[in-house]
Amino acid sequence: MHEAGLMMRILELCAAEAAREGAARIKTIALRIGPLSGVEPAALEFAFLALKQGTVAEEAHLEIERVPLVARCAMCDRSFETENRYGVALCPICGEPTAEILSGSEFEISHLEVEQ
Amino acid sequence: MKKLHISLSVVLPGQEEVRKIEINKSVMAYNDERAAELRSLFEAHGLFVINVLSSPGSGKTEFLARTLDELPLRSGVVVGDLSTDNDARRLRGKAQERPVVQIMTHGICHLEAEMVARALTPLSLDELDLLVVENVGNLVCPAGYDLGESYRVVLLSVTEGEDKPLKYPKMFKTANAVVINKIDLADAVGFDRQAALDSIHKVIPNAPIFEVSAKTGQGMDRWYDHLARLLAKS
Repeated sequence: MHEAGLMMRILELCAAEAAREGAARIKTIALRIGPLSGVEPAALEFAFLALKQGTVAEEAHLEIERVPLVARCAMCDRSFETENRYGVALCPICGEPTAEILSGSEFEISHLEVEQ
Repeated sequence: MKKLHISLSVVLPGQEEVRKIEINKSVMAYNDERAAELRSLFEAHGLFVINVLSSPGSGKTEFLARTLDELPLRSGVVVGDLSTDNDARRLRGKAQERPVVQIMTHGICHLEAEMVARALTPLSLDELDLLVVENVGNLVCPAGYDLGESYRVVLLSVTEGEDKPLKYPKMFKTANAVVINKIDLADAVGFDRQAALDSIHKVIPNAPIFEVSAKTGQGMDRWYDHLARLLAKS
């Protein structure tokens, strides 16, 4: 994905939240990213360093929590964590294409730390 | 002795009061909200909307132009490209009668719900059965942007390599149907049909797959039947 464009959107959203809270500076931006989000954390960090300059997040650092890919199969009624980057097409336990993704698609702003 | 009434406010470097603000919002939330509004709008007009995605050069425009020319449907098209309106002219039909709106994204590599919303202005949605959105040719970024569509079709062509779905699983995972285009070239490029089907199944086991040549028309009938069934259901 185009991490620079996404980081611009994140900085806009965070600046709006900080303004709403009457905060002068953002110290931390915490994100939650799953392997199926299509977002590359390293590229996002690079974009962050470049784009935060001159914004209320200039002094902020980026915290990225990586969410595991967890799926549940309706056929065998079990949940499993997997590294499968194809998005769990088949349940590794019973082999049926019934696995439903429970987590791993996240691309969220979880919280900010700000000061007045 | 006189008492001094003073108040102290000590600020040491690096010890300003830091507050935490919980957000817990998807970065895509703005687009998702706009897409949900579009979906309601389309439903209110009884309009079936297809979002068509592929790499550049897989033959999206040829595939759509033939589909719309050969099916007796009242259709409209929104087409996204980084620049030029060449595709819009191809999609207007032989008599140039079909309403086509070209979105030039000027470098943005995908369509967003807001762009589609703006592109709808010149279209009379009540007069259409089918709206086709031809996305910007790209198998990465457009995957994450819901456009309020009813159905998502992802194309690959035989010249691209059989493992494309494995390289772009996020895109193929979101497909409702997969089209393999340019099968008239399969022999010439040594296309391994089974390997391609296997890679699609690995990512999205239950999607219908259409093997076609948009150029010669081969295999298009099955796709038309499928589309007709989808429209009848909607």
